[in-house]
Amino acid sequence: MKRTLAVFLTAALLAAALPGCGGSKNVVNVYNWGEYIDMSVLEDFEAQTGIQVNYQTFDNNESMYSLLSSGGSSYDVIIPSDYMISRMIEEDMLEPLDFDQIPNFEDIDPALKNPEYDPTNAYSVPYMWGTVGIIYNTEKVSSPVDSWDILFDPDYAGQILMFDNSRDAIGIALKSLGYSYNTTDETQITQAVDLLVEEKPLVQSYVMDQIFDKLEGGEAAVGPYYAGDYITMVENNPALAFCLPKEGSNLFVDAMCIPKGAQNKGNAETFINFMCSTEVGIKNCTEIGYSTPLLSVKEALPDEIKNNPVAYPSAEVLAGCETFTNLPENILMLYDSEWTRLKTTK
Amino acid sequence: MRQNGFLSRIFIALVYLFLYAPIFVLIAFSFNSTKSRTVWSGFSLQWYRDLLRNAEIMDALQTTLLVSVLAAVIATIAGTAAAIGFFSMKRRPRGICLAINNIPMTNADIITGVSLMLLFVFAGRVLNLNFRLGFGTLLLAHITFDIPYVILSVLPKLRQLDPNIYEAAQDLGATGLYAFHRVVFPEIAPGVINGLMIAFTMSIDDFVISYFTAGQTSTLAMVIYSMTRRKVSPEINALSTLMFLVVLSLLLIINLRQIQQERAVAKKLAHAKH
Amino acid sequence: MKNKLLGIPYIIWMAIFVVAPLILVVIFAFTGRNGGFTLENFSTMNQYVGVFGDSFLLALVATMACIFIGYPLAYFLSRENAALKGMAMMLIMLPMWMNFLLRTYSWMSLLEDTGLLNRLFQAIHLIDLVNVIGSSMAGLLNQPYEPIEFFHMINTPGAVILGMVYNFLPFMVLPIFSVIDKIDHRVIEAAQDLGADSTVVFRRIIFPLSLPGVLSGVTMVFIPSVSTFVISGLLGGGKTMLLGDLIQMQFSGNTYNPNLGSAISLVMMVIVLVCISIMNRFGSGGEEAVVL
Repeated sequence: MKRTLAVFLTAALLAAALPGCGGSKNVVNVYNWGEYIDMSVLEDFEAQTGIQVNYQTFDNNESMYSLLSSGGSSYDVIIPSDYMISRMIEEDMLEPLDFDQIPNFEDIDPALKNPEYDPTNAYSVPYMWGTVGIIYNTEKVSSPVDSWDILFDPDYAGQILMFDNSRDAIGIALKSLGYSYNTTDETQITQAVDLLVEEKPLVQSYVMDQIFDKLEGGEAAVGPYYAGDYITMVENNPALAFCLPKEGSNLFVDAMCIPKGAQNKGNAETFINFMCSTEVGIKNCTEIGYSTPLLSVKEALPDEIKNNPVAYPSAEVLAGCETFTNLPENILMLYDSEWTRLKTTK
Repeated sequence: MRQNGFLSRIFIALVYLFLYAPIFVLIAFSFNSTKSRTVWSGFSLQWYRDLLRNAEIMDALQTTLLVSVLAAVIATIAGTAAAIGFFSMKRRPRGICLAINNIPMTNADIITGVSLMLLFVFAGRVLNLNFRLGFGTLLLAHITFDIPYVILSVLPKLRQLDPNIYEAAQDLGATGLYAFHRVVFPEIAPGVINGLMIAFTMSIDDFVISYFTAGQTSTLAMVIYSMTRRKVSPEINALSTLMFLVVLSLLLIINLRQIQQERAVAKKLAHAKH
Repeated sequence: MKNKLLGIPYIIWMAIFVVAPLILVVIFAFTGRNGGFTLENFSTMNQYVGVFGDSFLLALVATMACIFIGYPLAYFLSRENAALKGMAMMLIMLPMWMNFLLRTYSWMSLLEDTGLLNRLFQAIHLIDLVNVIGSSMAGLLNQPYEPIEFFHMINTPGAVILGMVYNFLPFMVLPIFSVIDKIDHRVIEAAQDLGADSTVVFRRIIFPLSLPGVLSGVTMVFIPSVSTFVISGLLGGGKTMLLGDLIQMQFSGNTYNPNLGSAISLVMMVIVLVCISIMNRFGSGGEEAVVL
């Protein structure tokens, strides 16, 4: 037993010590969603600029926010979603960008400039965007799908998946009732959660990334998720189809920002600019499968992708979509208590 | 004692099957050509190739191993010393110390993590240190939740210890340290080693406490959790498979050597009898 | 071997890294969102009674299951030869070195209606067999019978319990094994010489002597089971919320509410501590659990 241990410890220490830690001063600390980049891009950046990238990832906006607001970290570039950006702007957590250092901003689709979450476009540069829609298995769903109603249809009891986070799930219920995603009317929100409570017996499971396996493997028939991820799923199961509901849906944008107090602001801007170059944009877009905000990148994509209405819906369709905005504190609390009510209902 | 019968052996095999079934699934899908965890689309080594090129995962692996080994070793030394100290105390103070010692285990991980984070941030501000959450705080946190396991595994061994042997050694002229090294330590060694193993395992396995105390460094578990919106990459399966194979082959080698040694000893004994 | 001084460094360490954070938790639990003293975090807690109930019930069942699987396993393993024992104990720990989330995802793949186990059961015609038996039984009783296509396992409380048992079984096996393994063989032989058969030996000697191991196993399985998160989301379909998920939500949900999170955790901790101390009182009367 003693020898076993000695061998294990030595092996572990050796493995840990093998790649030496080179501590260089010229760095940029990047904080992005997990699995949301082509990793080779970072090597390219280091080779081209000599700036070393410290790359870390987070799993959702809220946890990124709580880490940053606790003051326990210092990142130079972060990539939150729209509503989180507006919250961080409100709370003075972001640094205005020097757009002279980001000439590639020119290439951003004008439709995505000056968005609601950053009206003067002082703090953010879009990285990826997309919509939320219904993904369904055409072998199991025969009727035409054009509305959120299918998620509340008893015919598909036990075959329905639902978002396992309050903002998206309650949002879908709000939309299907004809309300806004960003309503601050408490009765509308309660009504939406009542609808979800009613739906609960029909739901097979509340999911995040498990939806990939459950839809690809035919375990479930229908569920809401991101358009870009549908494109990945359909490669594994051609029977899957995507629908942007007629009631309208969510348009999300994840954008690059610099948090207040970043120590390498210059490098951060160099990095943001680099991420907006055509070559890098193509690499990332191919790897991730979400829609690019860069016009030159979209132009360079194969026809079947750039003309695919799932990835790049028409302007009219997009006009029917709504972006999340930051909700006031009391509404956020209501979301949490209502979500708990849903989860604790038998 | 009686050897196990056929049914007992079957039972043992079934429990191990239960423990390893998901591991086999995890290994099998590291060779899948797509990211799917349920649909088999063909054999491929692409995730192993990608893994080696993925700087984020490799950095996280390095951090995880380093913090786990350091924390386990430090916790084992500190925990063994503390266990001896506690053992020497009177019943009442010992009871209090052990109750406090149990707290990190009775607390939800997330509470331990958050409260330690608050403590570090608070200490940083009060002491006006220019310090940030990072590897240092991560290590402190891991040591803190590892020590209780070491203490709980060393104490029973101390209790079994014959109190006279240490004194006997000293009477025979051994200094305190020498007596500990030659007499006491061999007696409590199994407990110490078990404590070390548990501490190392707890550190490798931890996600929540690291998440709140690691600041700008990431452990493997943190990287994996961050992938859950966009699906955990099979590169992680590939890495787990490699780790599994390394550990398993080490185990087999050691075990085989042990059996060989036992045989050699048995032979010698047999010769001696003749 | 007596040296009280050796305990002092760790006492200081505990004061800084265990007691001080705990005080922070208590302060948080009694603080409102605006920073003043309040009992509101506790008074609003009655809406979570169901969550507490579910969590403690599931953890209790999982702990019982761990005893029923872990005890015989530890007992049987203690009768094997030394080389095998060492190997077997390492193999009990080894799965824990694979990431927890990854292992739980694997169970999801195994347990789904269209999952790997059901595909296996179909391939070996187990499902057909059940249908044949089921329909003939139903025929005898003149009941209608609906043939099944798969065993429904995922998204049930049973799957959540399975996830807990899977993850925490090692914590039950290790302490029981080390206690049984230490039992002096001469005691057992003496009993046998005095005419005790193996049942009596087990009931009168092995079982009582192994109780401390069981008690610490129970502690080490029950505590993480009560506060576990993710398992219910992945294996239970996210339809029942457990304490771990509830606390997690207060820290990384929409509203960052560490005060409520601390209060819930504090209540959970008090209940757990009370349960454990009662159990230890009824048990061997030891002042603390034995781990290994």
